[in-house]
Amino acid sequence: MSREAALRISSKTLGAGQGVGDRGFRLLTRAAALGVTALMAALVVAMAWAALPSLEAFGWRFLVTSTWDPVAETFGALPFVYGTVVSSLLALLIAVPLSLGAAIYLAELAPPWIRQPIAFLIELLAAIPSVVYGLWGIFVLAPWLRTSVQPALGTWLGFLPLFQGPPYGVGMLAAGLILAIMIVPFITAVAREVLLAVPNAQREAALALGATRWETTRMAVLRYGRSGLIGAVLLGLGRALGETMAVTMVIGNRPEIALSLFAPGYTMASVIANEFTEATSDLYLAALIEIGLLLFAVTVAVNALARLLVWSAGGGVREVRE
Amino acid sequence: MSRPTTRRLVSAGMGLLTALAAVVVILPLILIFAFLLYKGASALNSDLFTQLPKPVGEPGGGMANAIVGSLILIGLAACLGLPVGILGGVYLAESRDRRLPWLVRFLADVLNGVPSIVIGIFAYTVIVLPMRRFSALAGGFALGIIMLPIVLRTTEELVRLVPASLREAALALGIPEWKVILRVVLPSARAGIITGVMVAVARIAGETAPLLFTAFGNRFWHGGLDQPIAALPLQIFAYAISPFDDWHRQAWAGAIVLIGMVLVASVAARVVTRGRYRPAR
Repeated sequence: MSREAALRISSKTLGAGQGVGDRGFRLLTRAAALGVTALMAALVVAMAWAALPSLEAFGWRFLVTSTWDPVAETFGALPFVYGTVVSSLLALLIAVPLSLGAAIYLAELAPPWIRQPIAFLIELLAAIPSVVYGLWGIFVLAPWLRTSVQPALGTWLGFLPLFQGPPYGVGMLAAGLILAIMIVPFITAVAREVLLAVPNAQREAALALGATRWETTRMAVLRYGRSGLIGAVLLGLGRALGETMAVTMVIGNRPEIALSLFAPGYTMASVIANEFTEATSDLYLAALIEIGLLLFAVTVAVNALARLLVWSAGGGVREVRE
Repeated sequence: MSRPTTRRLVSAGMGLLTALAAVVVILPLILIFAFLLYKGASALNSDLFTQLPKPVGEPGGGMANAIVGSLILIGLAACLGLPVGILGGVYLAESRDRRLPWLVRFLADVLNGVPSIVIGIFAYTVIVLPMRRFSALAGGFALGIIMLPIVLRTTEELVRLVPASLREAALALGIPEWKVILRVVLPSARAGIITGVMVAVARIAGETAPLLFTAFGNRFWHGGLDQPIAALPLQIFAYAISPFDDWHRQAWAGAIVLIGMVLVASVAARVVTRGRYRPAR
């Protein structure tokens, strides 16, 4: 008998579920669930309220002007929006092929004995705190970029505006790389679950027609799980947009818009992290909170879309897999 | 006969390529752990766990206050995240309503993706501003919000997995529904719920961004829950961006301790359920 049926019997036929204890308990659990809804509402209201001075003072200009001058109290968020978008896109560019490849390997092509250990290592990677990635970024990744990677890129691809300028190590390239490393395990894990949720009948049908393993994966599995895979990538994008500590530690923190990936930049999350406790005036603080509100709105939109896609692909309905 | 061979070659080639992708994905893990041990092992001594930080410029000192501070913050977060998360999860699993559970589930998943620094701003506006000071409470509140959706969704899925026959047997004895849930359903889902809790603890133990302007950090023992408090990730961050070599070494050592805490929580989560269940992400 299903759980629902059991509950129906318990409340209707047996007359249970009508006592004071039952009603009280139900109210309590309902209140806890409603608490989550209230929390989201409170998040929006409290932040919008606190950002009000900046919203009133700058309006839409806040998004399209690039002057960030706490002394003159003129604030425009464009350099931060630019930095967030460019570093996240760079991260996706690197992370998506790698993580989809790894997910396909783990879910479809790898020999069974190797799947669990690799999946475990990827989960470990996902568990490393952001600040540790940042520490590694400052002392290992950035010096390596400065001494080896950036000079090489400058020599071979220096004709592109993307790879010009002095090699600092820290900067947009470092931020994109560290973000890529951080979102890869995340996208891989979700994508793997989406692929595992593809019914076996899909694979068997393709194999029965004489398709090779890869053709089966490409035509039957990937196509079936497409929307879920897009959802997985979007979830990774949501992470990248809001990632704070590691990026703050390696991006160089300069509010300028530069075409070169070698140049230092700034992101929305890192300006909040760096300047929030130093904000001396109310307007300054409100401007920083408005950036937070913007970040919130963007990540909620990306995550909402991603969740709907992953749910529709069945990746959200997790089951016990022995 | 050349076409089937090409197809088989492509198949093998893609197998190789995706395997290569998996190797590249794992590579940073090895690099990060290698550097952690290489750079941090020399500063990993008993002072780290027993001493307060020394004044700026003086070598030595430890992170005892930050380690204790992190544990206190996790405890405070659990006070908010556990009861609301578990009760809410029970509601999601038990409710026969259609719309509200869907909305709550959706909002919880979205909340899980909200950047932690935004949660920090929220805690700042509702706790730090009215209290007019940074405090452990504000930090715990922020971490509790981050913990909540993870505990909520794991509890829901685990409660759903409890066999109907258990519930039916208890109800058939005439036990009220709420008692059945508290004494039969939740205990049989306990292992999985603990997994969810440990995963949530592993996540918040390493959170830095939401603590920057809530818990704020403190170079001394904290003076009460309404005072600023040190936290291990905050200390690592402050030391990492400082100009002192000795502090850099301590940051690496602190990172080893932090990773240790996170790994203990994650591995405990796996051991409890022995891989039977994968938690919400």
